Amino acid sequence: MLCEKCSQLPATVHVAEITNGQKQETHLCESCAKELQIHGFGFYPQMNMNSFLAGLLNYDFNSSNVNQVETIGKKCEKCGVSEEQFANKGLLGCGDCYPIFEEKMLPLLRRIHGNTRHTGKAPERTGGRARLVKEIEIIKRQLKEAISREEFERAAQLRDSIRQMGKNLEEGGEG
Amino acid sequence: MPINDKVSSANSRWMDSDGPDADIVISSRVRVARNLAGAPFPHLLDQQKSVEVINEVKAAVENKEASDLIGSLELSLLNDLSPLERQILVDKHLISPDLLNNFQFKAVAISDDEAVSVMINEEDHLRIQCILSGLRLQEAWAIVSNVDDGLEKTLDYAFSEKLGYLTSCPTNTGTGLRASVMLHLIGLKITNQLGGVFNAISKLGLTVRGLYGEGTEAIGDLFQISNQITLGQSEEEIINNLVSMTRQILTQEQASRQALYRERREAIEDRVYRAWGTLKYARIMTLEEAMRKLSDLRLGIELKMIPGVQNKLLNELMVKIRPAFLIKTAGRELSKNQMDAARADLIRMEFER
Repeated sequence: MLCEKCSQLPATVHVAEITNGQKQETHLCESCAKELQIHGFGFYPQMNMNSFLAGLLNYDFNSSNVNQVETIGKKCEKCGVSEEQFANKGLLGCGDCYPIFEEKMLPLLRRIHGNTRHTGKAPERTGGRARLVKEIEIIKRQLKEAISREEFERAAQLRDSIRQMGKNLEEGGEG
Repeated sequence: MPINDKVSSANSRWMDSDGPDADIVISSRVRVARNLAGAPFPHLLDQQKSVEVINEVKAAVENKEASDLIGSLELSLLNDLSPLERQILVDKHLISPDLLNNFQFKAVAISDDEAVSVMINEEDHLRIQCILSGLRLQEAWAIVSNVDDGLEKTLDYAFSEKLGYLTSCPTNTGTGLRASVMLHLIGLKITNQLGGVFNAISKLGLTVRGLYGEGTEAIGDLFQISNQITLGQSEEEIINNLVSMTRQILTQEQASRQALYRERREAIEDRVYRAWGTLKYARIMTLEEAMRKLSDLRLGIELKMIPGVQNKLLNELMVKIRPAFLIKTAGRELSKNQMDAARADLIRMEFER
């Protein structure tokens, strides 16, 4: 179906207006719909990122639970945010919410980022293993460079520090 | 420099237009989101708890080890500023528009040169940002990361080895990093190529926003391009991706400007001189018209048609002609008509100097 206004692009926005029981449908392409909105005949629902995410989450809930009324979700003990609140608002309540809502979070994160594994910076003091792993990677790179430049003394030092850090990692357990 | 001076002057260091490719890449901005491990996220905090977070961050900013590393940042409560002053900080891109909602619970710490600002209790407890002139994302990230390290000396961040920095909104989880460039793309606009460029951008995990971020309009041919993905890529990867994309757009913008000047010289000259005439002589001007004319003039400056006018002045004008600054300068409320007249007067005076 083509846009009723410009008759050029496919109609992707469908508006149904009901006035005094009379239903009137309009089919528009996205750019004509946007233009109408600019001219003050706005019909796009107010959308922001959070409500959009909440929509995604609700969709997940609904598809996995046939009877959604009976869904009694988990609740974060620390901040008191429930699964329903999270699903409605799209915002988490505190850092502790992440492990608690992990089941819902991981698919959502994958949808947003295409990934569920952080590979960037870790805090110096409290980063724990993540920081160590990253540092080891950096030193390994330096070791390669040292070897290619035939700086064997430096390479030996680097190798020792990698060993030591590896040991720290193992002792640190899950951290 | 006290906050009063910052809200009285339209200038910010990033407007000096002295960075690389600053004629097209007006600014580079990097921000990270951080949260304190112990506290609920800002949207759940009442007044008292918000003040506790602000005080905790204040102590971290003032901690000697941190200030040795990052220099001094001056912290102000948004509540201590007038609505106009708060809006001027937004107009200067020193704080986000979101920081104005429930401002009683919020604060900001800004460096003397206004390059660094740490927003407190925005969507996350901390939003550390750095804004610089020209294409300097790597440098902006190094500065942000340094401030981050300084604050982390005393603050415990909400961090998970698997998911990285934990944020209120899952769109920021991981690095919490949003890097963006503000581009002046008049050449691509005139030659009708913006659609293709934006299409390519969106396929590479980047997004286009308006002048003041998410949900704001693009006026004066200015566009902000930023990364979308924050999880699974390192900060360096995210930034290098945006830098190489920006270089691509930059090359295309330059090419389209040269083509326009070569093939439609008269039309371009007419456009620039019309803008110059309007800006110098008009008596009433809306914000939209002024931004459009300033965009044309910016092109003229680059084509060496307008001697004696610097990009720095145009960058400052973009703040001065907005309602908040006009009202502050006038010292009283202005009606729409008075505002448009005051805007035209101000622009005329600036160019008469």
